[in-house]
Amino acid sequence: MKDMMQDTDVLLSVRGLSKFYGVRIGCAEVSFDLFPGEVMGIVGESGSGKSTLLNCMAGHLTPDRGEVLFAGRDGGLRDTLRMSEPERRMLGRTDWAFVHQHARDGLRMNVSAGGNVGERLMAVGARHYGAIRDSAVDWLGRVEIAEDRIDDRPTAFSGGMQQRLQIARNLITGPRLVFMDEPTGGLDVSVQARLLDLLRGLVREMGLSAVIVTHDMAVVRLLADRLMVMKDGYVVESGLTDQVLDDPQHGYTQLLVSSVLQV
Amino acid sequence: MTDYNFAYLDEQTKRMIRRAILKGLAVPGYQVPFASREMPMPYGWGTGGVQVSAAVMTPEDRFKVIDQGSDDTTNAVSIRRFFERTAGVAVTEETREATVIQTRHRIPETPLEAGQILVYQVPIPEPLRFLEPSEVETRKMHSLEEYGLMHVKLYEDISQHGAIATAYAYPVMVQDRYVMDPSPIPKFDNPKLHSPAIQLFGAGREQRIYAVPPFTKVVSLDFEDFPFEASKADGACALCGVDNSYLDEVIMDDAGNRMFVCSDTDFCTTRRAQGHVGAEGVPS
Repeated sequence: MKDMMQDTDVLLSVRGLSKFYGVRIGCAEVSFDLFPGEVMGIVGESGSGKSTLLNCMAGHLTPDRGEVLFAGRDGGLRDTLRMSEPERRMLGRTDWAFVHQHARDGLRMNVSAGGNVGERLMAVGARHYGAIRDSAVDWLGRVEIAEDRIDDRPTAFSGGMQQRLQIARNLITGPRLVFMDEPTGGLDVSVQARLLDLLRGLVREMGLSAVIVTHDMAVVRLLADRLMVMKDGYVVESGLTDQVLDDPQHGYTQLLVSSVLQV
Repeated sequence: MTDYNFAYLDEQTKRMIRRAILKGLAVPGYQVPFASREMPMPYGWGTGGVQVSAAVMTPEDRFKVIDQGSDDTTNAVSIRRFFERTAGVAVTEETREATVIQTRHRIPETPLEAGQILVYQVPIPEPLRFLEPSEVETRKMHSLEEYGLMHVKLYEDISQHGAIATAYAYPVMVQDRYVMDPSPIPKFDNPKLHSPAIQLFGAGREQRIYAVPPFTKVVSLDFEDFPFEASKADGACALCGVDNSYLDEVIMDDAGNRMFVCSDTDFCTTRRAQGHVGAEGVPS
Protein backbone atom coordinates (compact mmCIF):
# COMPACT_ATOMS: atom_id res chain seq x y z
CA MET A 1 0.00 0.00 0.00
CA LYS A 2 2.65 2.39 1.09
CA ASP A 3 4.70 1.64 -1.99
CA MET A 4 2.13 3.52 -4.00
CA MET A 5 2.64 6.72 -2.02
CA GLN A 6 4.53 9.57 -3.58
CA ASP A 7 8.30 9.63 -3.33
CA THR A 8 8.12 12.97 -1.56
CA ASP A 9 6.49 11.41 1.49
CA VAL A 10 9.45 9.18 2.13
CA LEU A 11 11.75 10.19 5.00
CA LEU A 12 14.48 7.66 4.38
CA SER A 13 14.95 5.56 1.32
CA VAL A 14 17.59 2.86 1.18
CA ARG A 15 18.36 1.43 -2.23
CA GLY A 16 20.53 -1.57 -2.99
CA LEU A 17 22.81 -1.07 0.00
CA SER A 18 25.71 -3.55 0.12
CA LYS A 19 28.78 -3.81 2.29
CA PHE A 20 31.47 -6.44 1.95
CA TYR A 21 34.26 -7.33 4.31
CA GLY A 22 36.70 -8.71 1.76
CA VAL A 23 34.96 -11.74 0.33
CA ARG A 24 32.51 -11.96 3.21
CA ILE A 25 29.14 -10.30 2.95
CA GLY A 26 28.23 -7.72 5.56
CA CYS A 27 24.87 -6.94 4.08
CA ALA A 28 23.73 -7.16 0.49
CA GLU A 29 21.14 -5.54 -1.73
CA VAL A 30 19.04 -4.06 1.05
CA SER A 31 16.27 -1.74 -0.09
CA PHE A 32 13.39 -0.21 1.84
CA ASP A 33 11.52 3.03 2.41
CA LEU A 34 10.78 4.58 5.78
CA PHE A 35 7.95 7.05 6.22
CA PRO A 36 7.57 9.83 8.79
CA GLY A 37 6.40 8.51 12.15
CA GLU A 38 7.13 4.93 11.20
CA VAL A 39 9.25 2.49 13.18
CA MET A 40 11.13 -0.16 11.26
CA GLY A 41 12.45 -3.19 13.09
CA ILE A 42 15.37 -5.23 11.79
CA VAL A 43 15.78 -8.68 13.35
CA GLY A 44 18.15 -11.53 12.77
CA GLU A 45 20.70 -13.60 14.61
CA SER A 46 24.21 -12.45 15.48
CA GLY A 47 26.27 -11.98 12.34
CA SER A 48 23.27 -11.61 10.07
CA GLY A 49 24.40 -8.12 9.03
CA LYS A 50 21.85 -6.01 10.87
CA SER A 51 24.37 -3.86 12.71
CA THR A 52 26.44 -3.46 9.55
CA LEU A 53 23.31 -2.28 7.77
CA LEU A 54 22.47 0.18 10.54
CA ASN A 55 26.00 1.60 10.62
CA CYS A 56 26.02 1.98 6.84
CA MET A 57 22.75 3.91 6.96
CA ALA A 58 23.92 6.15 9.78
CA GLY A 59 27.17 6.98 8.00
CA HIS A 60 29.46 5.21 10.47
CA LEU A 61 30.54 2.74 7.80
CA THR A 62 30.97 3.39 4.11
CA PRO A 63 28.93 0.93 2.08
CA ASP A 64 30.38 -0.50 -1.14
CA ARG A 65 27.23 -0.03 -3.17
CA GLY A 66 23.84 1.60 -2.90
CA GLU A 67 22.19 4.81 -1.82
CA VAL A 68 20.80 6.18 1.42
CA LEU A 69 18.39 8.98 0.56
CA PHE A 70 17.13 11.27 3.30
CA ALA A 71 14.46 13.95 3.05
CA GLY A 72 15.98 17.17 4.37
CA ARG A 73 13.91 19.89 6.03
CA ASP A 74 13.96 21.81 2.77
CA GLY A 75 12.22 18.84 1.09
CA GLY A 76 13.72 16.66 -1.59
CA LEU A 77 15.69 13.47 -1.14
CA ARG A 78 19.46 13.71 -0.86
CA ASP A 79 21.98 10.90 -0.95
CA THR A 80 23.69 11.10 2.44
CA LEU A 81 26.60 8.99 1.22
CA ARG A 82 27.54 11.64 -1.31
CA MET A 83 27.13 14.54 1.07
CA SER A 84 30.23 16.35 2.25
CA GLU A 85 31.53 15.34 5.66
CA PRO A 86 30.43 18.59 7.40
CA GLU A 87 26.89 18.20 6.06
CA ARG A 88 26.68 14.58 7.15
CA ARG A 89 28.01 15.42 10.61
CA MET A 90 25.55 18.28 10.90
CA LEU A 91 22.78 15.83 10.06
CA GLY A 92 24.20 13.50 12.70
CA ARG A 93 23.66 16.05 15.43
CA THR A 94 20.43 17.66 14.30
CA ASP A 95 18.01 15.50 12.32
CA TRP A 96 19.53 12.14 13.15
CA ALA A 97 20.19 10.37 16.39
CA PHE A 98 22.04 7.16 17.13
CA VAL A 99 21.41 5.10 20.25
CA HIS A 100 24.19 2.61 20.86
CA GLN A 101 23.73 -0.79 22.45
CA HIS A 102 26.31 0.00 25.10
CA ALA A 103 25.52 3.34 26.66
CA ARG A 104 29.20 4.00 27.26
CA ASP A 105 29.77 4.08 23.48
CA GLY A 106 27.24 6.87 23.15
CA LEU A 107 27.99 8.86 26.30
CA ARG A 108 30.96 10.83 27.54
CA MET A 109 31.64 8.97 30.74
CA ASN A 110 33.81 11.70 32.27
CA VAL A 111 31.26 14.45 31.70
CA SER A 112 28.23 15.02 33.95
CA ALA A 113 24.72 13.94 32.92
CA GLY A 114 23.78 17.57 32.25
CA GLY A 115 26.85 18.09 30.06
CA ASN A 116 26.06 14.92 28.14
CA VAL A 117 22.50 15.99 27.47
CA GLY A 118 23.50 19.58 26.63
CA GLU A 119 26.35 18.70 24.26
CA ARG A 120 24.25 18.55 21.11
CA LEU A 121 22.69 21.92 21.95
CA MET A 122 26.12 23.48 22.38
CA ALA A 123 27.28 21.79 19.18
CA VAL A 124 24.58 23.59 17.22
CA GLY A 125 25.42 26.94 18.79
CA ALA A 126 23.57 27.30 22.13
CA ARG A 127 25.63 29.67 24.28
CA HIS A 128 23.35 30.43 27.22
CA TYR A 129 24.20 28.31 30.25
CA GLY A 130 20.85 28.81 31.98
CA ALA A 131 18.86 27.84 28.89
CA ILE A 132 21.03 24.78 28.23
CA ARG A 133 20.63 23.67 31.82
CA ASP A 134 16.84 24.14 31.73
CA SER A 135 16.59 21.97 28.62
CA ALA A 136 18.80 19.35 30.24
CA VAL A 137 16.61 19.28 33.36
CA ASP A 138 13.51 19.00 31.17
CA TRP A 139 14.93 16.10 29.20
CA LEU A 140 16.23 14.25 32.23
CA GLY A 141 12.69 14.50 33.59
CA ARG A 142 11.26 13.08 30.39
CA VAL A 143 13.48 10.01 30.65
CA GLU A 144 12.72 9.66 34.35
CA ILE A 145 16.08 10.70 35.77
CA ALA A 146 15.76 12.76 38.95
CA GLU A 147 16.84 16.41 38.63
CA ASP A 148 19.31 16.10 41.50
CA ARG A 149 21.37 13.62 39.45
CA ILE A 150 22.14 16.25 36.78
CA ASP A 151 25.70 16.87 37.98
CA ASP A 152 26.55 13.20 38.52
CA ARG A 153 28.68 11.40 35.99
CA PRO A 154 27.19 8.52 34.00
CA THR A 155 29.66 6.18 35.73
CA ALA A 156 27.54 6.62 38.86
CA PHE A 157 24.39 5.52 36.98
CA SER A 158 22.88 2.05 36.61
CA GLY A 159 22.81 0.43 33.17
CA GLY A 160 19.16 1.35 32.63
CA MET A 161 19.74 4.96 33.66
CA GLN A 162 22.75 5.22 31.37
CA GLN A 163 20.61 4.00 28.49
CA ARG A 164 17.87 6.51 29.31
CA LEU A 165 20.50 9.25 29.56
CA GLN A 166 21.80 8.31 26.14
CA ILE A 167 18.30 8.59 24.74
CA ALA A 168 17.81 12.05 26.30
CA ARG A 169 21.17 13.17 24.92
CA ASN A 170 20.12 12.11 21.45
CA LEU A 171 16.60 13.47 21.41
CA ILE A 172 17.26 16.94 22.84
CA THR A 173 17.74 18.57 19.43
CA GLY A 174 14.43 17.12 18.19
CA PRO A 175 15.73 14.71 15.56
CA ARG A 176 13.36 13.22 12.98
CA LEU A 177 15.09 9.89 12.59
CA VAL A 178 16.59 7.70 15.28
CA PHE A 179 18.83 4.71 14.68
CA MET A 180 18.86 2.26 17.57
CA ASP A 181 21.23 -0.64 17.93
CA GLU A 182 19.86 -3.13 20.47
CA PRO A 183 18.64 -0.38 22.81
CA THR A 184 17.51 -2.88 25.44
CA GLY A 185 20.42 -5.32 25.14
CA GLY A 186 22.08 -6.22 28.42
CA LEU A 187 19.31 -4.82 30.62
CA ASP A 188 17.22 -6.97 32.91
CA VAL A 189 13.60 -7.52 31.93
CA SER A 190 11.86 -5.10 34.29
CA VAL A 191 14.25 -2.31 33.27
CA GLN A 192 13.75 -3.31 29.63
CA ALA A 193 10.00 -3.03 30.02
CA ARG A 194 10.21 0.49 31.42
CA LEU A 195 12.66 1.56 28.75
CA LEU A 196 10.41 0.21 26.02
CA ASP A 197 7.45 1.98 27.55
CA LEU A 198 9.42 5.21 27.57
CA LEU A 199 10.65 4.77 24.00
CA ARG A 200 7.15 4.01 22.78
CA GLY A 201 5.85 7.14 24.47
CA LEU A 202 8.60 9.36 23.00
CA VAL A 203 8.22 7.93 19.51
CA ARG A 204 4.47 8.58 19.55
CA GLU A 205 4.71 11.97 21.23
CA MET A 206 7.47 13.38 18.97
CA GLY A 207 6.30 11.62 15.80
CA LEU A 208 9.77 10.10 15.45
CA SER A 209 10.77 7.71 12.76
CA ALA A 210 13.11 5.00 13.91
CA VAL A 211 15.13 2.08 12.68
CA ILE A 212 15.61 -0.44 15.47
CA VAL A 213 18.02 -3.31 15.24
CA THR A 214 17.45 -6.08 17.74
CA HIS A 215 17.36 -9.81 18.18
CA ASP A 216 14.57 -9.53 20.72
CA MET A 217 11.19 -10.38 19.17
CA ALA A 218 9.30 -8.78 22.05
CA VAL A 219 10.98 -5.43 21.36
CA VAL A 220 9.92 -5.35 17.73
CA ARG A 221 6.43 -6.59 18.60
CA LEU A 222 6.03 -3.61 20.93
CA LEU A 223 7.79 -0.87 18.98
CA ALA A 224 7.98 -1.62 15.30
CA ASP A 225 5.31 -1.01 12.67
CA ARG A 226 7.21 -2.92 10.05
CA LEU A 227 9.78 -5.64 10.22
CA MET A 228 12.68 -6.91 8.15
CA VAL A 229 14.22 -10.29 8.86
CA MET A 230 17.88 -10.70 7.91
CA LYS A 231 19.97 -13.79 7.43
CA ASP A 232 23.54 -14.02 6.15
CA GLY A 233 23.47 -10.40 5.00
CA TYR A 234 20.25 -10.65 3.00
CA VAL A 235 16.73 -9.57 3.85
CA VAL A 236 14.75 -12.80 3.72
CA GLU A 237 11.35 -11.49 4.72
CA SER A 238 9.69 -8.13 5.36
CA GLY A 239 6.23 -6.83 6.07
CA LEU A 240 3.98 -5.55 8.81
CA THR A 241 5.28 -6.65 12.21
CA ASP A 242 2.20 -8.56 13.32
CA GLN A 243 1.88 -10.20 9.96
CA VAL A 244 5.47 -11.40 9.92
CA LEU A 245 5.45 -12.58 13.51
CA ASP A 246 2.02 -14.27 13.39
CA ASP A 247 2.34 -15.82 9.97
CA PRO A 248 6.02 -16.20 9.09
CA GLN A 249 6.59 -17.38 5.53
CA HIS A 250 10.33 -17.93 5.27
CA GLY A 251 11.79 -21.00 6.93
CA TYR A 252 14.29 -18.95 8.90
CA THR A 253 11.63 -16.56 10.17
CA GLN A 254 9.56 -19.54 11.30
CA LEU A 255 12.57 -20.85 13.19
CA LEU A 256 13.22 -17.44 14.72
CA VAL A 257 9.62 -16.97 15.86
CA SER A 258 9.30 -20.47 17.24
CA SER A 259 12.60 -20.14 19.12
CA VAL A 260 11.22 -17.47 21.43
CA LEU A 261 10.87 -18.90 24.91
CA GLN A 262 7.35 -18.92 26.23
CA VAL A 263 7.10 -18.16 29.93
CA MET B 1 83.14 33.05 18.05
CA THR B 2 81.55 29.72 18.59
CA ASP B 3 81.71 26.25 17.08
CA TYR B 4 77.93 26.19 16.72
CA ASN B 5 76.04 27.38 13.71
CA PHE B 6 74.30 30.68 14.50
CA ALA B 7 71.59 29.97 17.09
CA TYR B 8 72.50 26.27 17.38
CA LEU B 9 70.23 24.87 14.63
CA ASP B 10 71.53 24.26 11.11
CA GLU B 11 70.24 26.51 8.34
CA GLN B 12 68.06 23.84 6.68
CA THR B 13 66.26 23.19 9.94
CA LYS B 14 65.69 26.89 10.48
CA ARG B 15 64.25 27.16 6.98
CA MET B 16 61.87 24.31 7.72
CA ILE B 17 60.76 25.97 10.94
CA ARG B 18 60.36 29.36 9.25
CA ARG B 19 58.13 27.76 6.64
CA ALA B 20 55.95 26.36 9.45
CA ILE B 21 55.88 29.80 11.13
CA LEU B 22 54.86 31.53 7.90
CA LYS B 23 52.11 29.01 7.37
CA GLY B 24 50.98 29.52 10.96
CA LEU B 25 50.88 33.29 10.45
CA ALA B 26 48.90 32.84 7.26
CA VAL B 27 46.29 30.68 9.03
CA PRO B 28 46.03 32.20 12.52
CA GLY B 29 45.43 29.64 15.25
CA TYR B 30 45.99 26.61 13.00
CA GLN B 31 48.45 24.06 14.37
CA VAL B 32 51.15 23.48 11.77
CA PRO B 33 53.06 20.20 12.13
CA PHE B 34 56.84 20.54 11.90
CA ALA B 35 59.82 18.24 12.20
CA SER B 36 60.83 19.10 15.75
CA ARG B 37 64.53 18.45 16.45
CA GLU B 38 66.25 17.00 19.46
CA MET B 39 67.45 19.91 21.54
CA PRO B 40 70.10 19.85 24.27
CA MET B 41 67.41 20.04 26.96
CA PRO B 42 64.57 17.73 27.96
CA TYR B 43 61.06 17.96 26.51
CA GLY B 44 58.94 20.15 28.71
CA TRP B 45 61.74 22.69 29.22
CA GLY B 46 60.90 24.76 26.20
CA THR B 47 62.29 22.81 23.25
CA GLY B 48 59.51 24.12 21.00
CA GLY B 49 60.02 27.72 22.05
CA VAL B 50 63.79 27.45 21.66
CA GLN B 51 63.47 26.14 18.11
CA VAL B 52 61.09 28.94 17.15
CA SER B 53 63.37 31.54 18.77
CA ALA B 54 66.37 30.11 16.95
CA ALA B 55 64.54 30.28 13.62
CA VAL B 56 63.47 33.92 13.96
CA MET B 57 66.63 35.24 15.62
CA THR B 58 69.06 37.57 13.84
CA PRO B 59 72.48 38.72 15.14
CA GLU B 60 71.01 42.20 15.81
CA ASP B 61 68.25 40.94 18.11
CA ARG B 62 68.05 41.61 21.83
CA PHE B 63 66.76 38.52 23.53
CA LYS B 64 64.73 38.20 26.74
CA VAL B 65 63.47 35.03 28.40
CA ILE B 66 60.84 34.86 31.11
CA ASP B 67 59.58 31.87 33.04
CA GLN B 68 56.29 32.54 34.88
CA GLY B 69 57.04 36.23 34.42
CA SER B 70 60.46 35.99 36.01
CA ASP B 71 63.83 36.65 34.34
CA ASP B 72 65.89 34.85 36.94
CA THR B 73 64.47 31.34 37.32
CA THR B 74 66.47 28.32 36.18
CA ASN B 75 64.61 27.84 32.91
CA ALA B 76 64.88 31.50 31.91
CA VAL B 77 68.55 31.80 32.86
CA SER B 78 69.63 28.64 31.06
CA ILE B 79 67.75 29.43 27.83
CA ARG B 80 69.14 33.00 27.87
CA ARG B 81 72.68 31.66 28.34
CA PHE B 82 72.09 29.07 25.63
CA PHE B 83 71.47 31.77 23.04
CA GLU B 84 74.19 34.02 24.40
CA ARG B 85 76.61 31.17 23.79
CA THR B 86 75.29 29.73 20.50
CA ALA B 87 74.12 32.94 18.80
CA GLY B 88 76.13 35.62 20.55
CA VAL B 89 73.08 37.88 20.65
CA ALA B 90 72.60 40.67 23.16
CA VAL B 91 70.33 39.82 26.04
CA THR B 92 68.19 42.02 28.20
CA GLU B 93 65.72 41.79 31.04
CA GLU B 94 63.77 44.85 29.95
CA THR B 95 60.59 44.09 28.05
CA ARG B 96 60.73 47.40 26.16
CA GLU B 97 64.31 46.77 25.02
CA ALA B 98 63.82 43.22 23.78
CA THR B 99 63.06 42.33 20.17
CA VAL B 100 62.52 38.60 20.74
CA ILE B 101 60.96 37.46 24.01
CA GLN B 102 60.64 33.79 24.80
CA THR B 103 58.09 33.12 27.51
CA ARG B 104 56.75 30.32 29.60
CA HIS B 105 53.26 30.83 31.09
CA ARG B 106 53.04 34.65 31.01
CA ILE B 107 52.66 37.67 28.75
CA PRO B 108 54.71 40.64 30.00
CA GLU B 109 52.75 43.38 31.82
CA THR B 110 54.42 46.13 29.77
CA PRO B 111 52.38 46.37 26.55
CA LEU B 112 54.23 44.89 23.59
CA GLU B 113 54.91 46.97 20.51
CA ALA B 114 55.02 46.46 16.78
CA GLY B 115 58.31 44.84 15.78
CA GLN B 116 58.56 42.65 18.87
CA ILE B 117 58.16 38.87 18.69
CA LEU B 118 56.75 36.92 21.61
CA VAL B 119 57.61 33.20 21.52
CA TYR B 120 55.56 30.90 23.74
CA GLN B 121 56.65 27.52 25.06
CA VAL B 122 53.68 25.19 24.65
CA PRO B 123 53.35 21.85 26.45
CA ILE B 124 50.07 20.66 24.86
CA PRO B 125 48.98 22.60 21.77
CA GLU B 126 45.65 20.82 21.32
CA PRO B 127 42.87 22.57 23.27
CA LEU B 128 40.53 19.62 22.71
CA ARG B 129 43.02 17.01 23.90
CA PHE B 130 41.52 16.24 27.31
CA LEU B 131 38.04 16.05 25.83
CA GLU B 132 38.84 13.96 22.79
CA PRO B 133 41.91 11.72 23.02
CA SER B 134 42.13 10.89 19.31
CA GLU B 135 44.38 13.19 17.25
CA VAL B 136 42.63 12.07 14.05
CA GLU B 137 39.32 13.12 15.54
CA THR B 138 40.52 16.48 16.94
CA ARG B 139 42.05 17.45 13.60
CA LYS B 140 38.76 16.61 11.94
CA MET B 141 36.94 18.72 14.53
CA HIS B 142 39.23 21.68 13.78
CA SER B 143 38.82 21.33 10.04
CA LEU B 144 35.03 21.16 10.35
CA GLU B 145 34.88 23.86 13.03
CA GLU B 146 33.11 21.51 15.45
CA TYR B 147 33.77 23.20 18.74
CA GLY B 148 30.67 22.30 20.77
CA LEU B 149 32.81 20.09 22.97
CA MET B 150 34.86 23.07 24.17
CA HIS B 151 31.73 24.56 25.64
CA VAL B 152 30.89 21.25 27.29
CA LYS B 153 34.09 21.70 29.27
CA LEU B 154 33.09 25.22 30.32
CA TYR B 155 29.58 23.94 31.13
CA GLU B 156 31.13 21.32 33.41
CA ASP B 157 33.14 24.04 35.14
CA ILE B 158 30.04 26.09 35.88
CA SER B 159 27.96 23.10 36.99
CA GLN B 160 30.67 22.01 39.41
CA HIS B 161 32.06 25.31 40.65
CA GLY B 162 29.34 27.85 39.94
CA ALA B 163 31.66 29.79 37.64
CA ILE B 164 34.12 29.06 34.86
CA ALA B 165 36.94 27.73 37.00
CA THR B 166 39.46 27.31 34.20
CA ALA B 167 42.14 29.77 35.31
CA TYR B 168 44.95 29.10 32.84
CA ALA B 169 45.24 27.72 29.30
CA TYR B 170 41.84 29.31 28.78
CA PRO B 171 40.62 28.44 25.25
CA VAL B 172 40.28 31.25 22.72
CA MET B 173 38.72 31.62 19.29
CA VAL B 174 41.19 33.13 16.82
CA GLN B 175 39.85 35.31 14.00
CA ASP B 176 36.42 33.59 14.20
CA ARG B 177 37.87 30.33 12.95
CA TYR B 178 40.23 28.21 15.06
CA VAL B 179 39.93 27.41 18.74
CA MET B 180 43.42 27.72 20.20
CA ASP B 181 45.17 26.90 23.45
CA PRO B 182 47.07 30.08 24.37
CA SER B 183 49.59 27.87 26.28
CA PRO B 184 49.23 27.80 30.08
CA ILE B 185 49.14 31.56 30.56
CA PRO B 186 46.75 32.74 33.29
CA LYS B 187 43.41 33.86 31.88
CA PHE B 188 44.34 37.30 33.23
CA ASP B 189 46.67 37.53 30.22
CA ASN B 190 44.09 36.49 27.62
CA PRO B 191 43.04 40.06 26.66
CA LYS B 192 46.71 40.79 25.87
CA LEU B 193 46.63 38.21 23.07
CA HIS B 194 45.21 40.99 20.93
CA SER B 195 48.52 42.73 20.40
CA PRO B 196 50.65 44.73 17.94
CA ALA B 197 53.46 42.16 18.39
CA ILE B 198 53.87 38.88 16.52
CA GLN B 199 53.02 35.91 18.75
CA LEU B 200 54.48 32.51 17.90
CA PHE B 201 53.77 29.26 19.73
CA GLY B 202 56.13 26.27 19.64
CA ALA B 203 55.45 22.79 21.01
CA GLY B 204 58.59 20.65 20.68
CA ARG B 205 57.42 17.27 21.90
CA GLU B 206 54.06 17.58 20.14
CA GLN B 207 55.76 18.95 16.98
CA ARG B 208 53.35 21.81 16.39
CA ILE B 209 53.81 25.51 15.64
CA TYR B 210 51.00 28.05 15.57
CA ALA B 211 50.80 31.81 15.47
CA VAL B 212 48.75 34.91 16.15
CA PRO B 213 49.70 37.74 13.78
CA PRO B 214 49.54 41.37 15.02
CA PHE B 215 46.05 42.75 15.75
CA THR B 216 44.35 39.40 15.18
CA LYS B 217 40.93 39.09 16.78
CA VAL B 218 41.25 36.76 19.76
CA VAL B 219 38.11 36.03 21.78
CA SER B 220 38.01 34.00 25.00
CA LEU B 221 35.18 31.44 24.89
CA ASP B 222 32.33 31.90 27.36
CA PHE B 223 28.57 31.72 27.87
CA GLU B 224 26.19 34.65 27.45
CA ASP B 225 25.17 34.45 31.10
CA PHE B 226 28.69 33.58 32.32
CA PRO B 227 30.96 35.99 30.47
CA PHE B 228 34.74 35.67 30.41
CA GLU B 229 36.52 37.41 33.28
CA ALA B 230 40.28 38.10 33.40
CA SER B 231 40.82 37.26 37.05
CA LYS B 232 43.81 37.66 39.36
CA ALA B 233 44.49 37.49 43.08
CA ASP B 234 42.87 40.35 44.98
CA GLY B 235 45.26 42.94 46.33
CA ALA B 236 48.33 44.91 45.36
CA CYS B 237 51.99 43.99 44.94
CA ALA B 238 53.71 44.11 48.33
CA LEU B 239 56.91 45.45 46.77
CA CYS B 240 55.83 47.99 44.16
CA GLY B 241 52.24 48.64 45.20
CA VAL B 242 50.63 48.15 41.77
CA ASP B 243 47.11 46.70 41.89
CA ASN B 244 46.51 45.76 38.25
CA SER B 245 49.32 43.30 37.53
CA TYR B 246 49.22 39.53 37.88
CA LEU B 247 50.36 38.51 41.36
CA ASP B 248 52.29 35.53 42.71
CA GLU B 249 51.45 34.31 46.19
CA VAL B 250 54.58 33.74 48.26
CA ILE B 251 54.36 31.78 51.50
CA MET B 252 56.58 33.55 54.06
CA ASP B 253 56.74 31.17 57.02
CA ASP B 254 55.10 28.17 58.69
CA ALA B 255 52.60 30.42 60.45
CA GLY B 256 50.71 30.96 57.22
CA ASN B 257 51.95 34.47 56.49
CA ARG B 258 52.02 35.25 52.82
CA MET B 259 52.68 38.11 50.50
CA PHE B 260 51.60 38.92 46.97
CA VAL B 261 54.19 40.19 44.52
CA CYS B 262 54.20 40.93 40.81
CA SER B 263 54.89 37.80 38.79
CA ASP B 264 56.55 39.99 36.13
CA THR B 265 59.93 40.78 37.75
CA ASP B 266 61.01 43.32 35.14
CA PHE B 267 57.75 45.24 35.53
CA CYS B 268 58.12 45.28 39.33
CA THR B 269 61.79 46.30 39.25
CA THR B 270 61.10 49.12 36.81
CA ARG B 271 58.32 50.49 38.98
CA ARG B 272 60.43 50.35 42.13
CA ALA B 273 63.22 52.16 40.32
CA GLN B 274 60.66 54.86 39.53
CA GLY B 275 60.03 55.24 43.25
CA HIS B 276 56.86 53.21 43.77
CA VAL B 277 56.89 51.40 47.10
CA GLY B 278 54.42 48.73 48.24
CA ALA B 279 53.21 47.88 51.74
CA GLU B 280 56.21 45.67 52.54
CA GLY B 281 58.72 47.17 50.14
CA VAL B 282 61.72 49.34 50.85
CA PRO B 283 62.71 52.27 48.62
CA SER B 284 65.35 51.12 46.18
